Amino acid sequence: MKRFALISIPYLWLLALFLVPFLIVLKISLSDTELAIPPYTPTLDIAQGWAGVREWWAGLDMENFVWLTEDDLYWKAYLSSLKIAIISTLLTLMVGYPIAYGMTRAPDEWRPTLMMLIILPFWTSFLIRVYSWKAILSNEGLLNQLLIGIGLIDEPLVILNTNIAVYIGIVYTYLPFMVLPIYAALERLDESLLEAAEDLGCSRFTAFWLVTFPLSKQGVIAGSFLVFIPAMGEYVIPALLGGSKTLMIGKVLFEEFFANRDWPVASAVAVVLLLILIIPIVLFQRNEEKQREAGK
Amino acid sequence: MRKLSWFNTLTLTLGFAFLYIPMLILILYSFNAGKLVTVWSGFSFKWYGELFQNEAFLQAAWVTLKVAVVSSTFATILGTMAAYVMVRAGRFRGRTLFSGMIYAPLVMPEVITGLSLLLLFIAIGLDRGVLTIVLAHTTFSMCYVSVVVSSRLVTFDQSLEEAALDLGCTGFEAFRLVTLPITLPAVISGWLLAFTLSLDDLVIASFTSGPSSTTLPIKIFSAVRLGVTPEINALSTIMIGLVTIGVIGASLTSKRAIAKKQKDEREAIS
Amino acid sequence: MSDAAKASAPVFEPWKNPSEKPLIRFENVTKRFGDFTAIDDLTINIYEREFFALLGPSGCGKTTMMRMLGGFETPTEGAITIDGQNMSAVPPNKRAVNMMFQSYALFPHLSVAENIAFGLKRDKLPADRIAARVEEMLSLVQLNKFASRKPHQISGGQRQRVALARSLAKAPKLLLLDEPLGALDKKLRQDTQFELMDIQETTGTTFVIVTHDQEEAMTVASRIAVMDHGKIVQVDTPAKIYEEPGSVYVADFIGDVNLIKGMVVKSGNDHASISWAEGQQDLIGIAHDEIPHGTDATLAVRPEKVTISTDRPEGVTNALSGKVLDIAYLGNMSTYVIETANGTLIKAQAANTRRISRRAITWDQQVWLSFTDTAGVVLTS
Repeated sequence: MKRFALISIPYLWLLALFLVPFLIVLKISLSDTELAIPPYTPTLDIAQGWAGVREWWAGLDMENFVWLTEDDLYWKAYLSSLKIAIISTLLTLMVGYPIAYGMTRAPDEWRPTLMMLIILPFWTSFLIRVYSWKAILSNEGLLNQLLIGIGLIDEPLVILNTNIAVYIGIVYTYLPFMVLPIYAALERLDESLLEAAEDLGCSRFTAFWLVTFPLSKQGVIAGSFLVFIPAMGEYVIPALLGGSKTLMIGKVLFEEFFANRDWPVASAVAVVLLLILIIPIVLFQRNEEKQREAGK
Repeated sequence: MRKLSWFNTLTLTLGFAFLYIPMLILILYSFNAGKLVTVWSGFSFKWYGELFQNEAFLQAAWVTLKVAVVSSTFATILGTMAAYVMVRAGRFRGRTLFSGMIYAPLVMPEVITGLSLLLLFIAIGLDRGVLTIVLAHTTFSMCYVSVVVSSRLVTFDQSLEEAALDLGCTGFEAFRLVTLPITLPAVISGWLLAFTLSLDDLVIASFTSGPSSTTLPIKIFSAVRLGVTPEINALSTIMIGLVTIGVIGASLTSKRAIAKKQKDEREAIS
Repeated sequence: MSDAAKASAPVFEPWKNPSEKPLIRFENVTKRFGDFTAIDDLTINIYEREFFALLGPSGCGKTTMMRMLGGFETPTEGAITIDGQNMSAVPPNKRAVNMMFQSYALFPHLSVAENIAFGLKRDKLPADRIAARVEEMLSLVQLNKFASRKPHQISGGQRQRVALARSLAKAPKLLLLDEPLGALDKKLRQDTQFELMDIQETTGTTFVIVTHDQEEAMTVASRIAVMDHGKIVQVDTPAKIYEEPGSVYVADFIGDVNLIKGMVVKSGNDHASISWAEGQQDLIGIAHDEIPHGTDATLAVRPEKVTISTDRPEGVTNALSGKVLDIAYLGNMSTYVIETANGTLIKAQAANTRRISRRAITWDQQVWLSFTDTAGVVLTS
C-alpha cells in the first residue's frame, strides 16, 4: 500500500504534467487554425458523448505537417539548426578536449579548484552568460576596439547578429557539458597504459592517438550529445546574439506561437523537432548504458 | 608531483580566460559611470542605485524568488520519491514509461516543454500566473533532482536499510533514521540545482507566466534584446557574486569535510 | 570408557538426541528467483546453542538460506519454523533474530554507542536500561574507549566487533553472521575466530554463519552444512566432514585431497577395496555401506596421511609406487607429487621434523607411498 503511494504520486504528477501536455501538442498539431480562443478546431467536446469524440477525430488531419514541407521557411530552419548544432558541437569539442586533457595533467592539488572553475559557470545564469558577449562582439564592442587598437583591422568586424556570434555563444555556454564527461573519462585512464605504449615504442604523440583518445571516446560521445541536443532546440542564443537571418527552429517555434498565434503550426513544428531529436537522444542513452555496464 | 607542460599550461590558461573574461568584463562595466557599456568613463556605483529604484525589477525578483523556493521544494520531495522508486521499487507495471518520463524532460528542448505545458493550462482553463510557473518548474526540475538523488541511492549500501529492519525498524523508520540522513547531502544538492534552474529559466517561464507574474529572466531578456544596459550589468554582477560565494563556500565545506575524514581514517588505523 | 562415563561427558551433540527439539526447522524449503532455483527442497534442523556453518562456493544458496532466516526473503515453497513458530509471515523487524552483515552495515552517521543502541531504542526500553546494555556490549567486544567514535574513525577489526555487538545487543535467540570475517586480513581473522567462539559460548546464543572459507568453518562451527546448487550435500561435525566426506564434492571442497579412481572389487566390514591400475595392488578404504562389485568408485585420501619412503614398506595395507615429479618445501613440511606408471598424480606430505631432513628423496626418484586402511574413504558419488 505504501509502495503504491510512493510510486503513484510522482507517476501521476509526470503523467499529468509531462505526458498529457505532450499528447495535447500532438492533438493540436493535427487540428486546423481558427480565429478564435483557443485558436484551433476541432476541440474535443466530451459533453456531446461518443458523437463528440467522432466529430473531433474526423477533424484531425496532417495539413499542418504538409504545410511544414511546403513553406521553405520551416525546412530551411530545420536544416540550419542542424548545421549550427553540428558545427558548434565540433567547435565545443575542439575547445573542450584540450581543457579536459590539461585538467587531468594538472597537479593533484589544483584539480578541485580547476573543477570548481569549470562548474561555477554552470550555476551562473545562462541568460547573463549569453548577454555578456553582446558588449564584446558588437561593432563598437571591446573585441573590435582591441583589434583596431593594435592595428590588425581598420574597419570593425561584423560579428554580433550573425551565425558566428551564435557559434561563439553555444561554445561558451555549453563548454562545461563537454569538458566534464571528457575529464571523467580521461581521469579514469590508468597512466601505466601510456607508459606501456611508450615502452612498446610509441612517441608521446602516437601514444595519445592510439591509447588516450580511443579510451576517452565515450566521454567525447557523451559530451557531444550533451551539447548537440540542447543546441538543436536553442532559443535564447539565436535570439540574443543571432541576426534576423539566423534561422533556428527554436526561434521559429517561439515566434510562430507568440507573434503569429498559429498554435497548430507551432505544435507541428514541435512534434517534428522532437522526432528529429529522438535519434540522438536514443543514441545518447545507449552510450550512457554502455558506459554504466563497462563501469561495473 | 607532476609539472604541467607548456602546451597544457597554454590550453588551460586560454580555456579559463575564454570562460571568465566575458563575465569579468560584464562585472567591470557595471561600475562604469557612463551609459555606454563599451566605453569606460570612470568608476561609479550609480547603476546599482538605479537598479534598486527600479520597481519592476524588484517586483520580478520577488516573484522569481517565490517561484524558485516553492518549486524547488516540491521538486525535491517528488524527485526524491521518484529516485527511490527508480532505484528501489523493483519491477512494476509501467516502469519503462516512468523512467522515460524521468529522463525525457532532461533532454527535451525547453521550447517544447514550455509550449506543451501552456497548452495544457489553457485546455484545463487554468489562468497563467505564479501557480502555473511553479507547476512547470516543479515538473522539469524534479527530474534533475531524481537523477542527482538516484545516483547517490545507487551507491547506497542496501544492507544498511536491512540492518535497520533487522534491528526492529518499520520500513518508514528505516527510511527516516537511516536512508534519509545518509542521502541528505544529495537531496540538498538536488534542491540547490532545482532552485538555480528555476531562477535561471527564461523559456518555460515565458510560456507559462501571466502578465502579473513576470519573472526576473523574462524582465532581463526583454531589456537586453534591445541592447546592452549598465543596469543589467549591475544586476548580473549581483547574481554572479551570490553564486560565486555559494559555490566557493560549498566546495570549501566539502573539502574540509573530506580532509577531516581522511585525518580520522589515518588516526583510526594507528 | 564405560557407557555411564560416555553419557555424562560434556559433549555437545543435540542432533544425536531424538528427544531434543530443534530451534530452527527448514521443511522442504524451495526458493526460486524467476527461473533460478536458489534453494531446492531443503530440509534441515538446527539446535539451540549450536554454532552452525553454511559452507559452499558463491551461488550455492547459503546466503539465500540465511536471508530467509532473517526475514529478507520468503520461501517459495515449504516452511521455516523458529522455536515452533512458522516464520513465513513475520517481517524482519518482528523476529527475535539478528544479523551481522557482510559489509557490517554500520550506520555511518551514528557513533559506535548509538549504533549499538539503535535496536534497543526501537524496543522503547528506558534510557538507563539502554545505556547499561550498551556498556555491557562494549565491554564484551572491548571497545569501551571508542564509544563516541564514528564508524569511519575506527579500524576494520573494530568495525567488525561493533557490528557483532550491535547484533547481539537485543539478545536474539538466533544470530546470523554473513561472511563476518571476510573483510579482515588473515592474521586478524584467525584471532577473531577464537573471539567469536568465546562470545558465542558466553552469550549462549545460537549462531548461524555463512562462509566460503572452509578453514573458518572448520575452526568455529559445531556442525557444518556443505552446500552445492541449492542443496545440502552433507551435514556433520568438522572432523567427520574432513575425515569421512560423503562425496567426492565434499572431499574436494574441504582441504587438499588425492582422488584415486577405480572399480570396487571387494566390499564389507566397513571397508571396500578398489582396483585402480594395472601392476599396482588394490587399495582399501573406509566404506560404511556395502558397495556392489564392479561399481565405479573413488578413493579419497588426504596427503598428510600418505607416507613416503624409498623402499617398499613392510606390513602396510595400501602401498603404491611412482616417481617423484615435484617437491614443494613449505617450511614446516614438504609436499611431494608422485606420478604413478599410469600417469595418476598423488600428493604426500611429510613434516620437516629435522633440519634439511629427507634429503634422501629427490626429483625423478622411484619411491613408495603407503597409508592405512582407515586413512581413505571409498566414495561412489
